[in-house]
Amino acid sequence: MTDVSSSEASSAESSPTAVRYSPLHNIHEQLGAAFTDFAGWMMPVRYSSDLAEHHAVRTAAGIFDISHMAEIHVRGADAGAYLDYALAGKLSGIALAQAKYSLLLNEAGGIIDDLVTYRLADDHFLVVANAGNRFAAATALTERAADFDVVVTDESDDYALIAVQGPVSRAILEATAGLGDFATPLDELKYYRETAATFNGTDLIIGRTGYTGEDGFELYIHVDAVADLWAALTVAGEPLGLVPAGLACRDTLRLEAGMPLYGHELNLSTFPVQAGLGRVVALSKEGDFVGRTAIEAGPDADARVLVGLAAEGRRAGRADYLIFDGDTEVGVITSGALSPTLGHPIAMAYVDPAVSEVGTELHIDVRGSRIAASVVSLPFYKREA
Amino acid sequence: MAEKSELQYTAEHEWVLVDGNVATVGITDFAAGKLGDIVFVDLPKVGATVAEGKIVGEIESTKSVGELFAPVAGTVVESNDAVADSPELVNSDPFGEGWLVKIEFTELPSMLSLDEYTALTGE
Repeated sequence: MTDVSSSEASSAESSPTAVRYSPLHNIHEQLGAAFTDFAGWMMPVRYSSDLAEHHAVRTAAGIFDISHMAEIHVRGADAGAYLDYALAGKLSGIALAQAKYSLLLNEAGGIIDDLVTYRLADDHFLVVANAGNRFAAATALTERAADFDVVVTDESDDYALIAVQGPVSRAILEATAGLGDFATPLDELKYYRETAATFNGTDLIIGRTGYTGEDGFELYIHVDAVADLWAALTVAGEPLGLVPAGLACRDTLRLEAGMPLYGHELNLSTFPVQAGLGRVVALSKEGDFVGRTAIEAGPDADARVLVGLAAEGRRAGRADYLIFDGDTEVGVITSGALSPTLGHPIAMAYVDPAVSEVGTELHIDVRGSRIAASVVSLPFYKREA
Repeated sequence: MAEKSELQYTAEHEWVLVDGNVATVGITDFAAGKLGDIVFVDLPKVGATVAEGKIVGEIESTKSVGELFAPVAGTVVESNDAVADSPELVNSDPFGEGWLVKIEFTELPSMLSLDEYTALTGE
Protein backbone atom coordinates (compact mmCIF):
# COMPACT_ATOMS: atom_id res chain seq x y z
CA MET A 1 0.00 0.00 0.00
CA THR A 2 1.56 3.28 -1.06
CA ASP A 3 0.31 6.78 -0.63
CA VAL A 4 -0.04 8.17 -4.13
CA SER A 5 -1.62 11.54 -3.50
CA SER A 6 -1.99 13.87 -0.58
CA SER A 7 -2.89 17.52 -0.57
CA GLU A 8 -1.83 18.27 2.98
CA ALA A 9 1.68 19.37 2.33
CA SER A 10 1.36 20.67 -1.19
CA SER A 11 -0.54 23.84 -0.43
CA ALA A 12 2.21 26.36 -0.40
CA GLU A 13 5.90 26.74 -0.92
CA SER A 14 8.12 25.86 1.97
CA SER A 15 9.88 28.67 3.72
CA PRO A 16 13.58 28.87 2.97
CA THR A 17 14.54 28.15 6.58
CA ALA A 18 14.64 24.84 8.44
CA VAL A 19 11.44 23.18 9.63
CA ARG A 20 9.60 25.24 12.25
CA TYR A 21 7.62 24.11 15.25
CA SER A 22 4.59 25.78 16.77
CA PRO A 23 4.87 27.06 20.36
CA LEU A 24 2.14 24.46 21.03
CA HIS A 25 4.14 21.55 19.60
CA ASN A 26 4.67 19.81 22.95
CA ILE A 27 0.95 19.92 23.66
CA HIS A 28 0.21 18.37 20.27
CA GLU A 29 2.70 15.59 20.93
CA GLN A 30 1.09 14.89 24.30
CA LEU A 31 -2.28 14.72 22.56
CA GLY A 32 -0.93 12.11 20.16
CA ALA A 33 -1.19 14.22 17.03
CA ALA A 34 0.07 13.07 13.65
CA PHE A 35 2.04 15.84 11.98
CA THR A 36 2.49 17.14 8.47
CA ASP A 37 4.83 19.63 6.89
CA PHE A 38 2.75 22.66 5.99
CA ALA A 39 4.62 25.54 4.39
CA GLY A 40 7.74 24.60 6.30
CA TRP A 41 5.96 24.12 9.64
CA MET A 42 5.44 20.81 11.39
CA MET A 43 1.73 21.10 12.21
CA PRO A 44 -0.92 18.69 13.52
CA VAL A 45 -2.74 17.01 10.63
CA ARG A 46 -5.07 15.05 12.93
CA TYR A 47 -5.31 14.03 16.57
CA SER A 48 -7.66 11.06 16.33
CA SER A 49 -9.88 11.01 13.25
CA ASP A 50 -10.32 13.56 10.45
CA LEU A 51 -14.02 12.74 10.25
CA ALA A 52 -14.67 12.97 13.99
CA GLU A 53 -12.86 16.30 14.15
CA HIS A 54 -14.78 17.58 11.13
CA HIS A 55 -18.14 16.61 12.61
CA ALA A 56 -17.20 18.10 16.00
CA VAL A 57 -16.63 21.50 14.37
CA ARG A 58 -19.99 21.31 12.56
CA THR A 59 -21.94 20.24 15.67
CA ALA A 60 -19.97 21.52 18.71
CA ALA A 61 -16.48 22.98 18.38
CA GLY A 62 -12.87 22.32 17.44
CA ILE A 63 -9.68 24.03 18.60
CA PHE A 64 -7.01 24.54 15.93
CA ASP A 65 -3.41 25.63 16.21
CA ILE A 66 -2.77 27.91 13.24
CA SER A 67 0.28 29.65 14.66
CA HIS A 68 2.00 29.25 11.30
CA MET A 69 -0.08 32.13 9.92
CA ALA A 70 1.77 35.44 9.42
CA GLU A 71 0.92 38.69 11.24
CA ILE A 72 2.02 41.94 9.62
CA HIS A 73 1.24 45.27 11.27
CA VAL A 74 0.67 48.53 9.41
CA ARG A 75 0.86 51.66 11.54
CA GLY A 76 0.87 55.32 10.57
CA ALA A 77 -1.20 58.32 9.51
CA ASP A 78 -1.48 57.01 5.93
CA ALA A 79 -2.34 53.42 6.91
CA GLY A 80 -5.77 53.38 5.26
CA ALA A 81 -4.65 55.11 2.05
CA TYR A 82 -1.58 52.89 1.88
CA LEU A 83 -3.62 49.68 2.12
CA ASP A 84 -5.99 50.99 -0.56
CA TYR A 85 -2.92 51.17 -2.81
CA ALA A 86 -1.24 47.95 -1.67
CA LEU A 87 -4.31 45.67 -1.61
CA ALA A 88 -7.22 45.07 -3.96
CA GLY A 89 -9.93 46.09 -1.50
CA LYS A 90 -10.87 49.43 -0.01
CA LEU A 91 -9.46 48.98 3.47
CA SER A 92 -9.76 52.67 4.35
CA GLY A 93 -13.50 52.15 4.23
CA ILE A 94 -13.80 49.60 7.01
CA ALA A 95 -14.89 50.62 10.48
CA LEU A 96 -12.82 50.41 13.62
CA ALA A 97 -12.65 46.76 14.77
CA GLN A 98 -13.93 45.49 11.44
CA ALA A 99 -12.20 42.73 9.46
CA LYS A 100 -12.07 42.38 5.68
CA TYR A 101 -10.99 39.61 3.31
CA SER A 102 -8.70 40.98 0.62
CA LEU A 103 -6.13 40.11 -2.02
CA LEU A 104 -2.53 41.14 -2.52
CA LEU A 105 -2.08 41.40 -6.29
CA ASN A 106 0.96 41.80 -8.47
CA GLU A 107 1.16 44.26 -11.38
CA ALA A 108 -0.10 41.56 -13.76
CA GLY A 109 -3.28 41.08 -11.70
CA GLY A 110 -2.10 37.72 -10.31
CA ILE A 111 -2.65 36.86 -6.66
CA ILE A 112 0.39 36.97 -4.35
CA ASP A 113 -1.75 36.05 -1.34
CA ASP A 114 -5.23 36.22 0.11
CA LEU A 115 -5.42 37.95 3.47
CA VAL A 116 -7.66 39.02 6.30
CA THR A 117 -7.09 42.56 7.56
CA TYR A 118 -8.35 43.86 10.90
CA ARG A 119 -8.64 47.57 11.73
CA LEU A 120 -7.25 47.83 15.27
CA ALA A 121 -7.27 51.66 15.33
CA ASP A 122 -7.81 54.47 12.84
CA ASP A 123 -4.13 54.38 11.94
CA HIS A 124 -3.34 50.75 12.75
CA PHE A 125 -4.20 47.59 10.79
CA LEU A 126 -3.24 43.95 11.29
CA VAL A 127 -2.77 42.02 8.05
CA VAL A 128 -2.84 38.22 8.36
CA ALA A 129 -1.15 36.30 5.55
CA ASN A 130 -0.74 32.60 4.76
CA ALA A 131 2.34 30.92 6.20
CA GLY A 132 3.64 29.91 2.79
CA ASN A 133 3.37 33.48 1.53
CA ARG A 134 4.73 35.23 4.61
CA PHE A 135 7.89 36.52 3.00
CA ALA A 136 6.31 37.34 -0.35
CA ALA A 137 3.55 39.27 1.39
CA ALA A 138 5.86 41.09 3.81
CA THR A 139 8.22 42.01 0.97
CA ALA A 140 5.45 43.34 -1.26
CA LEU A 141 3.80 45.24 1.58
CA THR A 142 7.13 46.81 2.58
CA GLU A 143 8.03 47.82 -0.99
CA ARG A 144 4.63 49.41 -1.52
CA ALA A 145 5.00 51.56 1.62
CA ALA A 146 7.79 53.73 0.18
CA ASP A 147 5.62 56.78 -0.61
CA PHE A 148 3.36 56.58 2.46
CA ASP A 149 3.64 57.66 6.07
CA VAL A 150 3.40 54.11 7.43
CA VAL A 151 5.55 51.55 9.16
CA VAL A 152 5.12 47.93 8.05
CA THR A 153 6.41 45.30 10.47
CA ASP A 154 6.32 41.53 10.16
CA GLU A 155 5.64 40.43 13.76
CA SER A 156 4.77 36.82 12.91
CA ASP A 157 7.43 35.39 15.21
CA ASP A 158 5.81 37.07 18.23
CA TYR A 159 2.32 35.72 17.58
CA ALA A 160 0.66 32.41 18.11
CA LEU A 161 -2.85 31.88 16.76
CA ILE A 162 -5.59 29.61 18.04
CA ALA A 163 -8.90 29.17 16.23
CA VAL A 164 -11.97 27.96 18.12
CA GLN A 165 -14.62 27.09 15.54
CA GLY A 166 -18.10 25.66 15.80
CA PRO A 167 -21.57 26.53 17.07
CA VAL A 168 -20.63 26.43 20.77
CA SER A 169 -17.47 28.54 20.35
CA ARG A 170 -18.84 31.63 22.09
CA ALA A 171 -19.95 29.64 25.12
CA ILE A 172 -16.46 28.16 25.36
CA LEU A 173 -14.70 31.53 25.27
CA GLU A 174 -17.11 32.94 27.83
CA ALA A 175 -16.40 30.01 30.15
CA THR A 176 -12.62 30.20 29.79
CA ALA A 177 -10.88 31.08 33.07
CA GLY A 178 -8.56 34.05 32.81
CA LEU A 179 -10.04 35.34 29.56
CA GLY A 180 -11.71 38.73 30.01
CA ASP A 181 -11.51 42.51 29.64
CA PHE A 182 -13.35 42.27 26.33
CA ALA A 183 -13.53 45.72 24.69
CA THR A 184 -16.69 44.40 23.04
CA PRO A 185 -18.62 41.65 24.85
CA LEU A 186 -18.61 38.47 22.79
CA ASP A 187 -22.40 38.37 22.58
CA GLU A 188 -22.25 41.77 20.85
CA LEU A 189 -19.26 40.97 18.65
CA LYS A 190 -20.51 40.54 15.10
CA TYR A 191 -19.05 38.24 12.47
CA TYR A 192 -15.91 39.71 10.87
CA ARG A 193 -15.29 42.06 13.80
CA GLU A 194 -12.50 41.94 16.39
CA THR A 195 -12.15 42.91 20.00
CA ALA A 196 -9.24 43.47 22.35
CA ALA A 197 -9.18 41.29 25.47
CA THR A 198 -6.74 39.91 28.01
CA PHE A 199 -5.79 36.44 29.18
CA ASN A 200 -4.26 36.38 32.67
CA GLY A 201 -2.92 39.89 32.04
CA THR A 202 -1.60 39.24 28.51
CA ASP A 203 -3.19 41.30 25.74
CA LEU A 204 -4.80 39.45 22.88
CA ILE A 205 -6.87 40.15 19.82
CA ILE A 206 -9.98 38.07 19.23
CA GLY A 207 -11.49 38.06 15.75
CA ARG A 208 -14.90 36.58 15.05
CA THR A 209 -13.43 35.06 11.92
CA GLY A 210 -12.46 31.66 10.64
CA TYR A 211 -11.96 29.23 7.81
CA THR A 212 -14.51 26.50 8.48
CA GLY A 213 -17.90 27.90 7.52
CA GLU A 214 -19.00 27.87 11.17
CA ASP A 215 -19.28 30.60 13.75
CA GLY A 216 -16.00 30.91 15.59
CA PHE A 217 -13.12 32.95 16.84
CA GLU A 218 -9.45 33.42 16.13
CA LEU A 219 -7.27 34.39 19.10
CA TYR A 220 -3.99 36.20 18.44
CA ILE A 221 -1.68 36.09 21.46
CA HIS A 222 2.02 36.28 22.26
CA VAL A 223 3.83 32.97 21.81
CA ASP A 224 4.80 32.90 25.52
CA ALA A 225 1.16 32.86 26.70
CA VAL A 226 -0.37 30.54 24.13
CA ALA A 227 0.18 27.21 25.88
CA ASP A 228 -1.74 28.39 28.95
CA LEU A 229 -4.50 29.81 26.73
CA TRP A 230 -4.83 26.49 24.84
CA ALA A 231 -5.09 24.67 28.19
CA ALA A 232 -7.70 27.06 29.57
CA LEU A 233 -9.81 26.88 26.41
CA THR A 234 -9.61 23.10 26.48
CA VAL A 235 -10.71 22.88 30.11
CA ALA A 236 -13.67 25.17 29.42
CA GLY A 237 -14.52 23.51 26.13
CA GLU A 238 -14.33 19.79 26.82
CA PRO A 239 -17.70 19.65 28.66
CA LEU A 240 -19.22 21.41 25.63
CA GLY A 241 -17.79 18.96 23.10
CA LEU A 242 -14.61 20.80 22.09
CA VAL A 243 -11.97 18.60 20.49
CA PRO A 244 -8.50 19.39 19.15
CA ALA A 245 -8.73 19.56 15.38
CA GLY A 246 -5.99 19.23 12.76
CA LEU A 247 -5.25 20.55 9.31
CA ALA A 248 -6.91 17.59 7.57
CA CYS A 249 -10.38 18.52 8.82
CA ARG A 250 -9.59 22.21 8.38
CA ASP A 251 -9.19 21.46 4.68
CA THR A 252 -12.46 19.51 4.31
CA LEU A 253 -14.31 22.15 6.37
CA ARG A 254 -13.10 25.06 4.23
CA LEU A 255 -13.76 23.08 1.04
CA GLU A 256 -17.38 22.46 2.05
CA ALA A 257 -17.65 26.18 2.82
CA GLY A 258 -16.34 26.99 -0.68
CA MET A 259 -13.36 28.91 0.67
CA PRO A 260 -10.28 29.07 -1.55
CA LEU A 261 -6.91 27.79 -0.42
CA TYR A 262 -3.85 29.59 -1.75
CA GLY A 263 -1.79 27.29 -3.95
CA HIS A 264 -4.91 25.38 -4.95
CA GLU A 265 -7.66 27.81 -6.04
CA LEU A 266 -5.45 30.92 -6.00
CA ASN A 267 -2.00 31.55 -7.42
CA LEU A 268 0.13 34.11 -9.24
CA SER A 269 -1.40 33.34 -12.64
CA THR A 270 -5.06 33.46 -11.57
CA PHE A 271 -7.11 36.63 -11.86
CA PRO A 272 -9.50 37.28 -8.96
CA VAL A 273 -12.51 37.23 -11.27
CA GLN A 274 -11.67 33.69 -12.38
CA ALA A 275 -11.80 32.58 -8.75
CA GLY A 276 -15.18 34.23 -8.21
CA LEU A 277 -13.47 37.00 -6.24
CA GLY A 278 -14.23 39.90 -8.56
CA ARG A 279 -16.20 41.61 -5.80
CA VAL A 280 -13.07 41.59 -3.59
CA VAL A 281 -11.39 43.99 -6.02
CA ALA A 282 -12.66 47.54 -5.41
CA LEU A 283 -12.38 48.96 -8.91
CA SER A 284 -14.59 51.85 -7.85
CA LYS A 285 -12.11 53.12 -5.25
CA GLU A 286 -10.25 56.31 -6.05
CA GLY A 287 -6.62 56.29 -7.04
CA ASP A 288 -4.31 53.61 -8.28
CA PHE A 289 -3.66 50.25 -6.68
CA VAL A 290 -1.18 47.57 -7.61
CA GLY A 291 -2.68 45.40 -10.34
CA ARG A 292 -5.41 47.85 -11.33
CA THR A 293 -4.44 48.20 -15.00
CA ALA A 294 -4.25 44.46 -15.51
CA ILE A 295 -7.51 43.83 -13.64
CA GLU A 296 -9.33 46.45 -15.73
CA ALA A 297 -8.09 44.75 -18.91
CA GLY A 298 -9.23 41.43 -17.42
CA PRO A 299 -8.28 37.88 -18.31
CA ASP A 300 -8.96 36.41 -21.76
CA ALA A 301 -12.63 35.77 -22.47
CA ASP A 302 -11.99 32.02 -22.54
CA ALA A 303 -10.04 31.98 -19.25
CA ARG A 304 -11.21 29.15 -17.00
CA VAL A 305 -13.43 29.93 -14.03
CA LEU A 306 -13.82 28.32 -10.64
CA VAL A 307 -16.89 26.15 -10.13
CA GLY A 308 -18.19 23.64 -7.64
CA LEU A 309 -18.67 20.03 -8.70
CA ALA A 310 -20.79 17.41 -6.95
CA ALA A 311 -20.79 13.70 -7.70
CA GLU A 312 -22.49 10.57 -6.42
CA GLY A 313 -20.92 7.57 -4.73
CA ARG A 314 -17.79 7.72 -2.61
CA ARG A 315 -14.88 8.13 -5.06
CA ALA A 316 -13.71 11.70 -4.90
CA GLY A 317 -11.96 13.69 -7.56
CA ARG A 318 -8.86 15.31 -6.10
CA ALA A 319 -6.45 18.11 -6.91
CA ASP A 320 -5.03 17.91 -10.45
CA TYR A 321 -7.61 15.40 -11.73
CA LEU A 322 -8.91 16.39 -15.15
CA ILE A 323 -12.50 17.29 -16.08
CA PHE A 324 -14.03 16.14 -19.36
CA ASP A 325 -17.07 17.09 -21.41
CA GLY A 326 -17.42 14.01 -23.59
CA ASP A 327 -13.89 13.38 -24.86
CA THR A 328 -12.83 17.01 -24.54
CA GLU A 329 -10.75 18.09 -21.57
CA VAL A 330 -12.46 21.17 -20.16
CA GLY A 331 -10.92 21.69 -16.75
CA VAL A 332 -8.97 20.55 -13.73
CA ILE A 333 -9.80 20.04 -10.06
CA THR A 334 -7.99 22.23 -7.53
CA SER A 335 -9.44 20.70 -4.31
CA GLY A 336 -11.67 17.68 -3.83
CA ALA A 337 -12.81 15.24 -1.17
CA LEU A 338 -15.66 13.07 -0.07
CA SER A 339 -17.65 15.67 1.87
CA PRO A 340 -17.98 14.46 5.47
CA THR A 341 -21.06 16.62 6.08
CA LEU A 342 -22.87 15.95 2.79
CA GLY A 343 -21.77 12.34 2.28
CA HIS A 344 -20.93 12.67 -1.42
CA PRO A 345 -17.85 13.80 -3.35
CA ILE A 346 -17.34 17.53 -3.87
CA ALA A 347 -14.65 19.47 -5.65
CA MET A 348 -13.64 22.92 -6.73
CA ALA A 349 -12.35 23.06 -10.29
CA TYR A 350 -11.35 25.50 -12.99
CA VAL A 351 -13.36 24.84 -16.15
CA ASP A 352 -13.92 26.48 -19.51
CA PRO A 353 -16.58 29.20 -19.28
CA ALA A 354 -18.77 27.29 -21.78
CA VAL A 355 -19.29 24.47 -19.26
CA SER A 356 -19.39 26.55 -16.07
CA GLU A 357 -23.15 26.95 -15.72
CA VAL A 358 -24.83 25.35 -12.74
CA GLY A 359 -26.40 22.08 -13.81
CA THR A 360 -23.85 21.27 -16.53
CA GLU A 361 -23.05 17.54 -16.55
CA LEU A 362 -19.34 16.72 -16.79
CA HIS A 363 -16.99 13.84 -15.98
CA ILE A 364 -14.01 13.59 -13.66
CA ASP A 365 -11.16 11.29 -14.63
CA VAL A 366 -10.50 9.47 -11.35
CA ARG A 367 -7.33 7.52 -12.06
CA GLY A 368 -8.65 6.17 -15.32
CA SER A 369 -12.35 5.87 -14.46
CA ARG A 370 -14.90 8.48 -15.52
CA ILE A 371 -17.10 9.70 -12.69
CA ALA A 372 -20.19 11.78 -13.53
CA ALA A 373 -20.29 15.19 -11.82
CA SER A 374 -22.58 18.23 -11.99
CA VAL A 375 -21.64 21.87 -11.75
CA VAL A 376 -23.20 23.25 -8.56
CA SER A 377 -23.17 26.66 -6.92
CA LEU A 378 -20.71 27.45 -4.14
CA PRO A 379 -20.59 27.06 -1.21
CA PHE A 380 -21.46 23.39 -0.87
CA TYR A 381 -22.36 23.93 2.77
CA LYS A 382 -23.78 26.96 4.55
CA ARG A 383 -24.55 27.02 8.25
CA GLU A 384 -28.03 27.94 9.36
CA ALA A 385 -28.24 31.63 10.21
CA MET B 1 -7.74 -11.49 14.72
CA ALA B 2 -4.30 -13.00 14.34
CA GLU B 3 -1.35 -12.12 16.51
CA LYS B 4 0.85 -9.56 14.79
CA SER B 5 3.84 -11.83 15.32
CA GLU B 6 2.14 -14.59 13.27
CA LEU B 7 1.84 -12.34 10.23
CA GLN B 8 4.24 -11.54 7.44
CA TYR B 9 4.64 -8.03 6.08
CA THR B 10 5.60 -6.12 2.96
CA ALA B 11 7.41 -2.83 2.48
CA GLU B 12 4.10 -1.50 1.08
CA HIS B 13 2.64 -1.74 4.61
CA GLU B 14 0.50 -4.79 3.96
CA TRP B 15 0.18 -7.82 6.20
CA VAL B 16 -0.27 -11.40 5.05
CA LEU B 17 -1.70 -14.30 7.05
CA VAL B 18 -0.84 -17.63 5.46
CA ASP B 19 -3.22 -20.54 5.99
CA GLY B 20 -2.40 -23.50 3.75
CA ASN B 21 -2.33 -22.12 0.21
CA VAL B 22 -4.49 -19.06 0.96
CA ALA B 23 -3.05 -15.68 1.93
CA THR B 24 -5.31 -13.21 3.72
CA VAL B 25 -4.15 -9.64 3.01
CA GLY B 26 -4.75 -6.36 4.79
CA ILE B 27 -2.96 -3.11 5.49
CA THR B 28 -1.15 -2.44 8.75
CA ASP B 29 -2.30 -0.12 11.53
CA PHE B 30 0.66 2.08 10.61
CA ALA B 31 -0.65 2.43 7.04
CA ALA B 32 -4.23 2.99 8.18
CA GLY B 33 -3.05 5.68 10.59
CA LYS B 34 -1.05 7.41 7.88
CA LEU B 35 -4.02 7.44 5.51
CA GLY B 36 -6.45 8.81 8.08
CA ASP B 37 -10.16 8.03 7.94
CA ILE B 38 -10.73 5.53 5.15
CA VAL B 39 -13.90 6.29 3.19
CA PHE B 40 -13.66 4.08 0.09
CA VAL B 41 -12.10 0.73 -0.71
CA ASP B 42 -11.92 -0.74 -4.21
CA LEU B 43 -11.02 -4.45 -4.13
CA PRO B 44 -10.39 -7.01 -6.88
CA LYS B 45 -13.24 -9.35 -7.78
CA VAL B 46 -13.37 -12.99 -6.77
CA GLY B 47 -11.78 -15.08 -9.50
CA ALA B 48 -9.40 -12.37 -10.62
CA THR B 49 -5.85 -13.43 -11.34
CA VAL B 50 -3.31 -11.18 -9.67
CA ALA B 51 0.43 -10.82 -10.17
CA GLU B 52 2.84 -10.24 -7.32
CA GLY B 53 3.61 -6.57 -6.77
CA LYS B 54 0.90 -5.31 -9.13
CA ILE B 55 -1.79 -2.83 -8.16
CA VAL B 56 -5.08 -4.61 -7.51
CA GLY B 57 -7.11 -2.05 -5.59
CA GLU B 58 -7.39 1.36 -3.99
CA ILE B 59 -7.88 2.63 -0.49
CA GLU B 60 -9.10 6.21 -0.19
CA SER B 61 -9.18 8.35 2.91
CA THR B 62 -10.63 11.81 3.31
CA LYS B 63 -7.22 13.21 2.44
CA SER B 64 -5.40 10.79 0.20
CA VAL B 65 -5.43 7.69 -1.96
CA GLY B 66 -3.41 4.54 -1.36
CA GLU B 67 -2.86 1.66 -3.76
CA LEU B 68 -3.29 -1.97 -2.80
CA PHE B 69 -0.61 -4.27 -4.19
CA ALA B 70 -0.92 -8.02 -4.45
CA PRO B 71 1.78 -9.36 -2.11
CA VAL B 72 1.55 -12.80 -3.76
CA ALA B 73 0.62 -14.06 -7.22
CA GLY B 74 -2.52 -16.14 -7.49
CA THR B 75 -6.29 -16.06 -7.69
CA VAL B 76 -8.62 -13.97 -5.55
CA VAL B 77 -10.88 -16.39 -3.68
CA GLU B 78 -12.60 -13.91 -1.39
CA SER B 79 -12.99 -10.15 -1.17
CA ASN B 80 -14.16 -8.50 2.06
CA ASP B 81 -17.64 -7.16 1.28
CA ALA B 82 -17.98 -5.82 4.83
CA VAL B 83 -15.09 -3.45 4.21
CA ALA B 84 -16.56 -2.30 0.91
CA ASP B 85 -19.73 -1.36 2.80
CA SER B 86 -17.97 -0.01 5.91
CA PRO B 87 -14.49 1.19 4.95
CA GLU B 88 -13.94 2.49 8.49
CA LEU B 89 -13.32 -1.14 9.54
CA VAL B 90 -9.83 -0.74 8.08
CA ASN B 91 -9.16 1.97 10.68
CA SER B 92 -10.90 0.35 13.62
CA ASP B 93 -9.62 -3.22 13.12
CA PRO B 94 -6.93 -3.34 10.42
CA PHE B 95 -5.65 -6.80 11.45
CA GLY B 96 -9.11 -8.31 11.93
CA GLU B 97 -12.43 -7.29 10.43
CA GLY B 98 -10.60 -4.83 8.19
CA TRP B 99 -8.90 -7.56 6.12
CA LEU B 100 -9.17 -6.93 2.38
CA VAL B 101 -8.68 -9.98 0.13
CA LYS B 102 -7.82 -13.68 0.23
CA ILE B 103 -5.53 -14.94 -2.52
CA GLU B 104 -4.91 -18.59 -3.38
CA PHE B 105 -1.26 -18.97 -4.28
CA THR B 106 1.14 -21.68 -5.39
CA GLU B 107 4.37 -20.02 -4.34
CA LEU B 108 5.03 -17.66 -1.46
CA PRO B 109 7.60 -14.89 -1.91
CA SER B 110 9.94 -13.86 0.85
CA MET B 111 8.34 -11.26 3.13
CA LEU B 112 9.22 -9.34 6.29
CA SER B 113 8.87 -10.53 9.86
CA LEU B 114 7.20 -8.29 12.45
CA ASP B 115 10.62 -7.21 13.74
CA GLU B 116 11.82 -6.37 10.24
CA TYR B 117 8.63 -4.48 9.49
CA THR B 118 8.76 -2.59 12.77
CA ALA B 119 12.33 -1.56 11.99
CA LEU B 120 11.10 -0.27 8.64
CA THR B 121 8.41 1.96 10.08
CA GLY B 122 10.51 3.07 13.02
CA GLU B 123 7.63 2.60 15.43
